Amino acid sequence: MRYLRLFLVFFRVGVLGELSYRSNFVMHLIESIMELGTALAGLAVVFSYTSTLGGWRPAEILALVGVYFLVSGAIRMVIQPSMERLIEGVHEGTLDFTLTKPEDAQLLVSIQRVEIWNITDVVLGSGVLAVALVRLGANVGVSEAAGFAAALAAGGIIVYSFWLMLATLAFWFVRVENMLMIFSSMYEAGRWPVGFYPRWLRFMLTFLIPVAFATTVPAQALAGRLSVSTLAGAYALAAVLAVLSRAFWRVGVRRYSSASS
Amino acid sequence: MRGIADIYAQQFKVTLASFIQYRAALVIWLIGHVLEPLIYLVVWSTVSRSTGGSVGGFTAADFAAYFIVLMIVNHLTYTWIMYEYEYRVRQGTLSPELLRPVHPIHSDIADNITSKLITLPGMLAIAALMSLIFRPAFHPVPWAAAAFVPVVLLAFIVRFLVEWTLALAAFWTTRVSALNQMYFMAMLFFSGQIAPLELLPHPVRVIAFVLPFRWTVGFPTELLLGRLTPGQVLAGMGMQFAWLAVGLVLMRFVWRAGLKVYSAVGA
Repeated sequence: MRYLRLFLVFFRVGVLGELSYRSNFVMHLIESIMELGTALAGLAVVFSYTSTLGGWRPAEILALVGVYFLVSGAIRMVIQPSMERLIEGVHEGTLDFTLTKPEDAQLLVSIQRVEIWNITDVVLGSGVLAVALVRLGANVGVSEAAGFAAALAAGGIIVYSFWLMLATLAFWFVRVENMLMIFSSMYEAGRWPVGFYPRWLRFMLTFLIPVAFATTVPAQALAGRLSVSTLAGAYALAAVLAVLSRAFWRVGVRRYSSASS
Repeated sequence: MRGIADIYAQQFKVTLASFIQYRAALVIWLIGHVLEPLIYLVVWSTVSRSTGGSVGGFTAADFAAYFIVLMIVNHLTYTWIMYEYEYRVRQGTLSPELLRPVHPIHSDIADNITSKLITLPGMLAIAALMSLIFRPAFHPVPWAAAAFVPVVLLAFIVRFLVEWTLALAAFWTTRVSALNQMYFMAMLFFSGQIAPLELLPHPVRVIAFVLPFRWTVGFPTELLLGRLTPGQVLAGMGMQFAWLAVGLVLMRFVWRAGLKVYSAVGA
């Protein structure tokens, strides 16, 4: 509960900061709409030739696109800016100020920056998801919805832990921003079901750069094709990554010498 | 003329040096260039399998050939100038370039060609690897392969002129990212990067014929794959020359107008 309140405080600060740049909002909105428009037009072309794609119906792929935008918006809104700030903090020694605060520092660094305008992707993604749900209609029952929520939560934990692990590498190496960029560019592959890709790429997108659990698996849940073992696997990976990233953080902070401050 | 040759040689060394310095940036850039065609290759192969082996005359192997060649062509004609100009104008780093006695476009062209030369072997290696994985149906036609050389060269020049001119928008506004994105989205569709243009609806194909995008990426790709008749190739080259002329005129005009509003703030 206290953590939620903390998050809301940072959220409000982020909003206040960005409110001075209101025209950015329009820019973000235009860019998001264009990106979404292209994605949807691409889907329209593909589904003008076939009624199902690798076992996925149009509404199910639409749901996947919605999830993709939702998750990538959330990443760009909170996780990415905060992790970039963390790397900056390690380089410049400003992490000191965070470490001295009487709260869990990992939590503080994870929500320290909110780029609120990226919420346009979250909103648009939710809209697409809603349309997809209406189209799927009666096929989505309580168990599908619960599976979706559970899968999305696991995917969120996985993505967050992964980003944190990458960012904490800054305690050891100098140029880490590039690795974050690699994740961002690979994430685009998550717009389509990972099952389409050849096995080596599917493996990469599942374990090396865990995009699959954040996008494909929740969409699978909505389509009613989520097996219990996949969900269990997602939670196992989420647990492993959460513990591992916590360890990375702990060891990293111990190494942190606040060099440039 | 010798002066310009010297400038190109010097720019070659500068670009080479900065590449050796920023290797990680190279990897990121490479992923972006490989991933997109790879995604659409996989999607369209899946479509063709879902519909019994072929979509609009394309089999999975045809799609593989199309997107692998497209990846190479896109690599050859690609520019990143639109990202750079905003920075140059905003930070005022353009100012020293203006003092030089040659048009700044020359150092950009030299920089672009050098980067391509350095990265091409890697790109070809990736294409070879992808060919092993996806087994493309590639039947080169000798005359088409010969025509490919001037066509891809024209494609490069046209794309460079258009994108360089568009990059000059930075003279008037600091928010070029929305404009850039609009351009890239149009590029995705009308150049054939999302799907071979033959598969797109008729109105889209008509628009694509008029706009420059197809002539910079999709056209050379289709040519090398032997999917075009000699008549189509001539018409395409005609469009390339037309856009070359338009591009040259626009570039000179916009450049002059832009320089008048450039205030070199921050320099």
